[in-house]
Amino acid sequence: MAKAAKTKAAEASVERRPALAGRTLSAPGVKVEMLAPAERISLRAPQASLAALSKALDVTLPAQPKSSAAKDGRTALWLGPDEWLIIDEAGNDPLADCAKVTALHSAVGISHRNVGISVAGPAAAVTVNSGCPQDLSLEAFPVGAASRTILGKSEIVLLRTAEDSFRVECWRSFSDYVFTLLSEAASDAAN
Amino acid sequence: MNAMFRISGAGRLSQAKTASFTFDDKSYIGIEGDTLASALLANGVHLVGRSFKYHRPRGVLSAGAEEPNALVQIVRDDARKTPNVRATVQELYDGLTAHSQNRWPSLAFDVGAVNDVASPLFSAGFYYKTFMWPKSAWKNLYEPKIRAAAGLGVSPDQPDPDHYASRYAHCEVLVLGGGAAGIAAALAAAETGVRVILADEQAEFGGSLRFESGARIDDQDGYAWAQGAIAKLKAMDNVRVLSRTTAFGYYAQNFVGLVERVSDHLKNPGHDLARERLWQVRAGRVVIATGAIERHMVFANNDRPGVMLASAARTYLNHFGVAVGRNVGVYTANDSAYAAAIDLKKAGVNIAAIVDLRDNPAGPAIDEARALGIEINFGRAVVSAGGKLRVSSMTVQPKNGGGGRTIPVDAILMSAGWTPSVHLFSQSRGKVAFNDETKRFVPGTYAQDCVSVGACNGTDGLDATVDEAYAAGAKAAKEAGGKAGKGAKPKVDAGESWSRGMLGAAPGAGPGTTVKAFVDFQNDVTAKDIRQAVHEGMRSIEHVKRFTTNGMATDQGKTSNMHGLAIAADELGKPIPQVGLTTFRAPYTPVTFGSIVGHARGALFDPTRRTATHGWAASQGAVFEDVGHWKRAWYFPRAGEDMHAAVNRECVTVRKVGGLFDASTLGKIEVVGPDAAKFMELLYTNPWEKLETGRCRYGIMLREDGFIYDDGVVGRLAPDRFHVTTTTGGAPRVMNHMEDYLQTEFPHLNVWLTSITEQWAVIAVQGPKSRDIIAPLVEGIDMSDEAMPHMSVREGKICGVPTRLFRMSFTGERGFEVNVPADYGEAVWEALWAEGQKHGATAYGTETMHVLRAEKGYIIVGQDTDGTVTPNDAGLDWAVGKKKTDFVGIRGLTRPDLVAKGRKQLVGLKTKDPKVVLEEGAQIVTDPKQPIPMKMIGHVTSSYWSENCGRSIALALVAGGRDRMGETLYVPMPNGTIEVEITGMVFVDEKGERLNG
Amino acid sequence: MLLIRCPYCEEERPELEFRNAGEAHIARPTNIAAESDDDFEKFFFIRANPKGVIYERWRHIHGCARFFNAVRDTVTDKFVMTYKAGEPKPAKLPGASK
Repeated sequence: MAKAAKTKAAEASVERRPALAGRTLSAPGVKVEMLAPAERISLRAPQASLAALSKALDVTLPAQPKSSAAKDGRTALWLGPDEWLIIDEAGNDPLADCAKVTALHSAVGISHRNVGISVAGPAAAVTVNSGCPQDLSLEAFPVGAASRTILGKSEIVLLRTAEDSFRVECWRSFSDYVFTLLSEAASDAAN
Repeated sequence: MNAMFRISGAGRLSQAKTASFTFDDKSYIGIEGDTLASALLANGVHLVGRSFKYHRPRGVLSAGAEEPNALVQIVRDDARKTPNVRATVQELYDGLTAHSQNRWPSLAFDVGAVNDVASPLFSAGFYYKTFMWPKSAWKNLYEPKIRAAAGLGVSPDQPDPDHYASRYAHCEVLVLGGGAAGIAAALAAAETGVRVILADEQAEFGGSLRFESGARIDDQDGYAWAQGAIAKLKAMDNVRVLSRTTAFGYYAQNFVGLVERVSDHLKNPGHDLARERLWQVRAGRVVIATGAIERHMVFANNDRPGVMLASAARTYLNHFGVAVGRNVGVYTANDSAYAAAIDLKKAGVNIAAIVDLRDNPAGPAIDEARALGIEINFGRAVVSAGGKLRVSSMTVQPKNGGGGRTIPVDAILMSAGWTPSVHLFSQSRGKVAFNDETKRFVPGTYAQDCVSVGACNGTDGLDATVDEAYAAGAKAAKEAGGKAGKGAKPKVDAGESWSRGMLGAAPGAGPGTTVKAFVDFQNDVTAKDIRQAVHEGMRSIEHVKRFTTNGMATDQGKTSNMHGLAIAADELGKPIPQVGLTTFRAPYTPVTFGSIVGHARGALFDPTRRTATHGWAASQGAVFEDVGHWKRAWYFPRAGEDMHAAVNRECVTVRKVGGLFDASTLGKIEVVGPDAAKFMELLYTNPWEKLETGRCRYGIMLREDGFIYDDGVVGRLAPDRFHVTTTTGGAPRVMNHMEDYLQTEFPHLNVWLTSITEQWAVIAVQGPKSRDIIAPLVEGIDMSDEAMPHMSVREGKICGVPTRLFRMSFTGERGFEVNVPADYGEAVWEALWAEGQKHGATAYGTETMHVLRAEKGYIIVGQDTDGTVTPNDAGLDWAVGKKKTDFVGIRGLTRPDLVAKGRKQLVGLKTKDPKVVLEEGAQIVTDPKQPIPMKMIGHVTSSYWSENCGRSIALALVAGGRDRMGETLYVPMPNGTIEVEITGMVFVDEKGERLNG
Repeated sequence: MLLIRCPYCEEERPELEFRNAGEAHIARPTNIAAESDDDFEKFFFIRANPKGVIYERWRHIHGCARFFNAVRDTVTDKFVMTYKAGEPKPAKLPGASK
């Protein structure tokens, strides 16, 4: 099957100033850092539309709760039975890709609503568990697991990208809180 | 140099590693591994505190967390002064500084001890009965005096400089308690491969193996076996071993709170280390192995320093190498105190006598004591301890009375038996059962997936304990998904076993006596107090407890509850189970606020949300106000301006030229789908089907009861796509409200909701020059009045980035709201600001926004409405679709009360004196001369100085307000009554011409 | 903190992710505008608040964001079962005798 041609994200003429750009914190066993801006959409659709949308996005929308699927820098996270968070880190625009789909769905651009924070290292799970009440063992939350959940007093979306690495997504204005909490937790995590 | 009472060759501490410390400013030497209590005892210091009520001298009772007496203040520096630290738990570090509590001027001479002499005045129920009259004295005299006298220690008066960590953890098997039982259970569970957490409150694992000199497991000394087993567990990937960690609370579904004391035992913790760490553990199965606590004997003056639990003396000897005296008496009602006597005797301490309440006990412990030449007195009681600051003698009598003799001693070891620690089991909502034969409460009916093993389960003997615990650990692991274990059960070669004993007052302290035989040391409750409570009519143990405060101190009655219960039962003539056991509640031992708060202090107390332009506003000197979690620019003072001047300038400039305002915090929801308009019809009072693409409408959302819930401008971007705005504070609840109806009442609609509040930064550009400011930066949008009239929305580009450009106004001026992706918000703001500067526009904050909208009579939901205001009340009937057959709230609007006459309606108010600005919330009356309480017919909802009007303006909810136009009403205030006139709500540009001006 | 089984996520998740949303199985009348005052009162204001088994709505607001129904015992605070929104009230509860 021919690969669907993805649409390149447009470029702007004024300076983009992502929240907390470049912030990092290194602690024994874990590093917390802001991730580069990415293209994101909130995708809502009934079962009947999933095949068409998967094709247009060139990534199979996962049907299993707490799971994700990734292909060529584009990740689809199952957030609810009719809800996916699509994150594109390859500079392509999933909103434009969905615009071509006539099947019933709602695609809303949220590239700037969310920020991504990487928590990586052997103590990554303990760091996230400082504020997240979910079981983050590899059995309960394996690589690729994704879930909307809680971190302290903020809502986050959590994606396990590797055995010792997580992507934490939160809303832009919560990024300072989330990053600071993760930083404090990171400093304690190796103990 | 060893301290006086340190016995060389005894104990497990390396006596070479010394640590110096001070207690009440006097220096002492202890050794590493000591607790403060063992170090003090090694130096012969028994007097460590004064009791709560009677200020009686007190010593060290125990060697563990149950300690009711030895509470001290630990001072690290000015900000770190921790009161009520149990000296038996606090580990010694070099340089430790401790102070005794509740004494003045000194521990040995304490003026407050007059309470002891006056004790008949302070018996049970004293507070309830004494401070009754006169009423006024309570506030002015009694309470301040009682408060000053109450409490132990001194609270720190500076912010806590330490930090506290917390984390959630999950495991299949959580083992609480690291004695022989807990270790055996953890070994069995760990071998199956499941995740195991083992927690113990002590610095070292082993529990009673710390003092049980006779225990041998797997051909080793019991304590050595424990250390080996812990080392093995620590080396396993699936096991987490937590020492210095107290399980303080057992909650629903095996959720257990643990506090780990991370650095209280360190000389220089350093700032990187948290002081404490809170573990919130969710466990598949919980094994409770919390052991048992020895009870004291209840006899006269049993609180004298030097009188302590037999097992404590054994711990001080066998673990810390400390003799608690040189000439020790023993008073017991069971076998376990014999072991203490034997160990001390073997270590060279003279045992003056063993006094045993039992008539003819027999057994190996008694034989061994006898063989060592210790004097043993059966059927006798210690009826009183002599001495004051330190015990000096014990008076021994036949238990049924008769001639006594006084034996000089410098310590008395006592044991009335052992109380199983069922606290955590009981917290799990398990029901305890009374074993009449052994006179103890043991776990009965379980409420959760947990199991009690060992002494806390009433299991006697090391062999039986290890058997039971190992099997329980293996079973718990298997039930939680573990594989069959390969390990071998530890083999108990020798162990100690005792049970029985006595409950209640010992001879000489029974009915009819008034001696001070303490049941609860920490709250100074005597056997007599309990009996008095019963005499005064208390029947339930819960009432006895509250009347006497027995068991209500911070030690929660670990040593006292059973004695208190037995005395009450005896007095009531009822069996113990009928009187009942008080409820065990979390926390098991006191928990610091710090560990509960954890990371949630300062910046992490609550999220602080900032908009994309926050940095720019801060650089311009903006003053911010808190709006929910948000920081919003309140006003932008220029040099020399106060708030009033800045707001006046901003208000005038916006109407004269223009202004920029950050409206990003308004909630935004994208409503998408073929049924979007249908959904909007149901959720808002307004009609939406016919709203053209590219046009906007002000929408009102009601609750089902007909009251205004939220409002906002809604733009239609496409037939199937609406851009909905909500109030700042309402954003999350409006989204929830809409999702609720969509998912549960209208699930047939093909429409989805997405929060886009944070996707778009919103820059409101308002004022006659607003179009001139924006237009040069916009591409692809015709901004002429014809192409883009008031209340329309266009998509295009500004500064090269996508925009949703709304033409709308919350000021009454020509106005726009520029939505751009949030990361571009500040750069676009700066570009607009540069354009605005050319025209003399201002940046304005929320205060000016409030004034400008009030000048136009635009309401703010939540300020001018309060959840009891209908659209009609607010003068917004025009926004309710009259032809609509359904929307949320349609039925509520026709409720009798909502259509009744005389409802409060929103109107304008003008003060007769234009310079007077009303207070928001002030009440309104028709006749200020009426007697108090006056009939209030309404209140001021919004009130400002309007520089544009040259006078004050206000909005108010007034009963029948719209029928009162021109009427004079009154606002009574503390400084006089303010006359006001009812007006319309629009103070500026009543015809609305400026929207196109 | 309770564990609550989300029927959409198909697993137990911590209570912090959920929000209670009141009594379940109270359907909004299709022609609500025609309801009598009494019927509207019953629909909007009156709740059973039983001691014992309660049928209530919860939302997995910080999870899959779905509303669902739960059967809970208000005495023990134990969840008996959960099921998806729109599904009928269970005729028989697990563990209940006939």
